[in-house]
Amino acid sequence: MSIIQVRDIKKVYNKDQVPVHALNGVDLDINEGEFTAIVGPSGSGKTTLLNIIGGLDEPTEGKVKIHGTDMFSLKERELIDFRLHHIGFVFQAYNLIPVLTAKENIAFILQMQGRPQKECNQRSMELLKMVGLEDKVDKRPAELSGGQQQRVAVARALASKPDFVLADEPTANLDSASTANLLDMMLRLNEEESITFIFSTHDQRVVERARRVVTLVDGKVDSDEQRTSNIEQGTSN
Amino acid sequence: MLYLKLAWRNIWRNKRRTLITMASIVMAVLLSSVMSAMQQGQYDQMIDNTVGSFTGHLQVQKPGYFDESTLDNSLEVKQSLSDQLQAHPEIESVIPRIDSYALAAGEDRSKAAMVIGIDPDKEKTLSAPDQKIIEGTYFNSDSENGVLVSEGLAEFLDVTVRDTLVLLGQGFRGMSAAGAYPITGIMKFGLPEMNDAMVYLPLQTARSFYAAEDRVTSMVVLLKNPKQVSKVVSELRSDLGDEYAVLGWQTIMPELVQAIEADRGSGMILLLILYMIVGFGIFGTILMMTAERKFELGVMIAIGTARMKMAIMLILEMLFITFLGTGFGMLFSLPIMYYFHFNPLEFSGETAMAIEEYGMEPFIRFSTDPSILIQQGLIVLIIALVITLYPLLHMRKLKPVEAMRH
Repeated sequence: MSIIQVRDIKKVYNKDQVPVHALNGVDLDINEGEFTAIVGPSGSGKTTLLNIIGGLDEPTEGKVKIHGTDMFSLKERELIDFRLHHIGFVFQAYNLIPVLTAKENIAFILQMQGRPQKECNQRSMELLKMVGLEDKVDKRPAELSGGQQQRVAVARALASKPDFVLADEPTANLDSASTANLLDMMLRLNEEESITFIFSTHDQRVVERARRVVTLVDGKVDSDEQRTSNIEQGTSN
Repeated sequence: MLYLKLAWRNIWRNKRRTLITMASIVMAVLLSSVMSAMQQGQYDQMIDNTVGSFTGHLQVQKPGYFDESTLDNSLEVKQSLSDQLQAHPEIESVIPRIDSYALAAGEDRSKAAMVIGIDPDKEKTLSAPDQKIIEGTYFNSDSENGVLVSEGLAEFLDVTVRDTLVLLGQGFRGMSAAGAYPITGIMKFGLPEMNDAMVYLPLQTARSFYAAEDRVTSMVVLLKNPKQVSKVVSELRSDLGDEYAVLGWQTIMPELVQAIEADRGSGMILLLILYMIVGFGIFGTILMMTAERKFELGVMIAIGTARMKMAIMLILEMLFITFLGTGFGMLFSLPIMYYFHFNPLEFSGETAMAIEEYGMEPFIRFSTDPSILIQQGLIVLIIALVITLYPLLHMRKLKPVEAMRH
């Protein structure tokens, strides 16, 4: 079942000066439980597409529907609230709140949703356990390695039980071991918890393990590969 | 609670910056409070030296006397009036006076003088004429047949103690007032205009001279707490009704109020410069704080933090810094204000003499009025809050994608 529908998305930066066409009519459907990598060379529009799907940036033309809701028909306040309840974000790096501990960073999302303190604590602990950081509960981001910080970021992204998680180059600042570790964890969550992941990357190690690979070139979908398993490759659309 | 925790931890992320900002607020509160305490201390002294030693904190007169100060507008002293005044809990003492102008003459020369009838005992608590005697003696009774003459007038008339002073004027309801009185003492006043034209008579003697038995021109009132003037004036007005005019010293001496206001105005300019310096200091900090955390704020919006909640967090951060700075500023100001209250700044040499000549005390005693601290603390707090508008405006326009590209 398709949870995200992207229809004819165009994005032009600097419209009034020298226009830059970041996206030139992208159509994409993301189904529940998919583990999708958006790949492509630098400037192909990966991050722009993720930002638009996440409601962080507005398209010049086109529509994005999440579970049938047209995101850009929402008012700004509604959009922020929509993100809080429906979308999990993992950014490239340094995206945790530096003055909060690992547990508090996760609980932050839940507290913003107005959940009771007890539930916030319980869920934060569960998620930290899920990402294998139950021994780092009271550590602040500066006391964690890059890989550990990204695990906390994934746990935070999952805190609100979102419809899907968007990750923009989540392994860009990680070494090989941390990258493998993070990918294992994301795949496990995808398989065991049916969490939908969409991430942009140009890290070949990540691409190899994706179940679906959407390649963007010059702001258009160049190919969309479905794979039946991590190794076996699917058909090219 | 979450935002309180966030704000508190955020301000300590960059300890040095927070401490520098706090120090600038501490200095602002300290300098403005100490400066205001010095100013207010001077005004209190000015008021005390003039009001508390001659005019009184307030006066009860017959309506119309203030605009037309003639004996015909004098007041008959009723026992009920004295009782009502004495019964007021804020009133320290009530001093009756009868005054008018008369021609004072020696053997060869004459000059217009202010002739005041005083209660010899009660007047000691106000203008303390007994302390001003430089030759001769003070009055022994209310009805003594004698006169005290100011030094300048005595010199002009070429009279001294035991000489006779002739007074000639107009009494109550056009009666002619004439009398010859032995000079019992010579007084020295600080203010030249008083030193050159003052004559004191005992109250009963003055009433006989003016043919105004049982009358006074004003009942001068001293209060236990000089700051309660307005309150007591309005209370007495409602208690005494239209039969009497109750005037505060501000009405009686508008020139003193103007002098204080003019001085306060120049002090305010200095304070404004100080506030501007502090304002720019705080603004600089806020500017840095906002720019430094652009990425972080962008992430917070992206993950679903409402802008209003982030604004609350930033306001709380500034409030913490300002409250701490203001609190410490007030705390450090207090001992300085008290020190200079009990050890006033003293003038020396010719300056001291010149000040004393005018009947003023040659030192500046700082005020310890706590409202000064509260006022200055509040002003700095308001400045900080106004400056906090900047990050709030910045926040309104912040786009997460652009902020995270930072």
